[in-house]
Amino acid sequence: MSNIGSYEQRLQGFDWSISERELDYTPGGFINIGWYCSDRICNQGLGAKPALLWEDSQGNEKRYTYDDLRRCSNTIASFLQGLGIEPGERVCLFMDRAPELYIGFVGILKMGAIAQPLFSAFGDESLWTRLDNAQTTAIITQRKHVLKVRKIKDKLPHLKHIIVVDAPQSALKDGEIAFNLDEAPKVDRFDVFQSTAETPSVLHYTSGTTGQPKGAQHVHYSLISQYLTTKWVLDLQPDDVYWCNADPGWVTGTSYGIIGPWANGVTQAVLDSGFGTERWYAFIQKYRITVWYSAPTAIRLLMREGTEVAKKFDLSSLRHLASVGEPLNAEAVIWSKEAYGLQFHDTFWQTETGCMVITNYPGMPIKPGSMGKPFPGITATVLNPRTHEPVNQTGVVGLIALRPGWPSMIRGYWKNPTGYANKFRNGWYLCGDRASIDGDGYYWFVGRDDDVINTGGHLVGPFEIESALLEHPAVAESAAVAKPDPLNMEVVKAFITLKPGFLAGDDLELDIMNFIRKKLSPLAMPQEIEFTQGLPKTRSGKIMRRVLRAQEFGEPVGDISTMMDE
Amino acid sequence: MDELKKVVREYVVREYIEDGDDREVNDTTPLISGGIVDSFSMVSLKRFLERKFQIQIPDAQATPEAFDSVAKIAELVRRFKPDA
Repeated sequence: MSNIGSYEQRLQGFDWSISERELDYTPGGFINIGWYCSDRICNQGLGAKPALLWEDSQGNEKRYTYDDLRRCSNTIASFLQGLGIEPGERVCLFMDRAPELYIGFVGILKMGAIAQPLFSAFGDESLWTRLDNAQTTAIITQRKHVLKVRKIKDKLPHLKHIIVVDAPQSALKDGEIAFNLDEAPKVDRFDVFQSTAETPSVLHYTSGTTGQPKGAQHVHYSLISQYLTTKWVLDLQPDDVYWCNADPGWVTGTSYGIIGPWANGVTQAVLDSGFGTERWYAFIQKYRITVWYSAPTAIRLLMREGTEVAKKFDLSSLRHLASVGEPLNAEAVIWSKEAYGLQFHDTFWQTETGCMVITNYPGMPIKPGSMGKPFPGITATVLNPRTHEPVNQTGVVGLIALRPGWPSMIRGYWKNPTGYANKFRNGWYLCGDRASIDGDGYYWFVGRDDDVINTGGHLVGPFEIESALLEHPAVAESAAVAKPDPLNMEVVKAFITLKPGFLAGDDLELDIMNFIRKKLSPLAMPQEIEFTQGLPKTRSGKIMRRVLRAQEFGEPVGDISTMMDE
Repeated sequence: MDELKKVVREYVVREYIEDGDDREVNDTTPLISGGIVDSFSMVSLKRFLERKFQIQIPDAQATPEAFDSVAKIAELVRRFKPDA
């Protein structure tokens, strides 16, 4: 029997108080995600239960029980407090999937600071943009990533503490602090910060069409929906061993790679390694993974290797599969049934929603290629793009919109109230995606409604790429748009005009690709560059990305009456 | 000395390892599964190989497994250019 039971019955009279009661939360009272993920589970008599089974690419292993998690997170919280870090300050986690990332996240929340996880593959410019915007005061990182921090620290006046978890003090520079969790004396008792529902908890950066990335501000009350969606959608049960592929630098990696499973008292396994089909299957076999939350790009990479590779491993422990990041194509759903005997359940949500909002549920028939149905307590619809009124007609494409008010919705963008206000129309929150609803109430994803590029499940903003491209000595002007891709759904394509004296060619293309990869991130790197004599612009001189995007997708370019004549 | 492996190794170190990072890359160091080159960055590595050795590597053969070490990359290149 699944945790959700009947989806239809759960819809009847649903109220988020069901989650509050299960978590013994009293409205207006104490709620601290860090405490709920560690101390509370120990208080339930589960201190000896494994919380984290960790392994890296070399096969090194570490295991932490819930009591280890409690004490180790206390130790990190106490260490940060000892540095003078105050509640509300932003503490960045910038590292690979080391245990310190997961435990540090819990520790930061326990001492009342705001956790700011950032993808460790970010280049120094992407890192600087986000640390500068958040006025981050401390960063916890690793030896190999501190090199990027060193390049930008002089431009970050608010950054007071650079903490390195895997290097001796002798290997560090002035102003950097070595912290070794394994060797640090463990702190058994720690006064957890008495946060309440609206106390800020996590700051995740996400990209939009215009401007630099925005900091999505979450609060401790987000736990209410993260706990329940984990329980009902991922169906985590006491004996499960759960594996979430997402990196905690992104929201899936925190909402469902830390908060959801640990607040439910479940054992999770983490593989700190890059992709490898056999490596992944061996990991599932070794740890007897039962519930697996993955992403379409990874699933399509596994598909390329075929079912024969899967059959070489004992994957019989798997009992429930889910996917997130971009729409899961019907072929992948059908293939997973063939390869694993189970179908992937697609889930739709985003950084701003904090939790899954439209998903497929255990026990509910899957329509391959569909996003599923709204989670109980989420009021969703599709809006007419011009009137912003609900379409109320099956099969008609509109803008996916949600009624605000669920517990994990962001409370704003960091220092950007206008950007937040622009996300609403007629009292609806606009996700920025287009979909239709069929006669059975299933949602069907169509695409983005803006210029943001969804590559491998990550949103990349064109403005950030174009700004960085202008720093390349050869680039005069550029436009970054999405290009369809069979593996990643979309990839970045850049249209570039060159400065006088530079010649288009293969070497220059590769040089520009690597320039962006190192400066921003591998996700932002254009996978194709088209050198052009000019870019389509409005008469006021604004580059019309939509014309280029339509060209890539083979779609009509729409109204071009404002386009400047050549 | 295998010149092909040397060229690949030098490129990987130059482009994918930060200045000051003392990690060593030998012929069998895991590149993809070891987190030195991610699956997105494989695209620029593939582009480099295609230009340097004047070959075309089909996407279906440009798998994370095929790019997981200098030795495997050299093996892949030689499939398309035996005298490389």
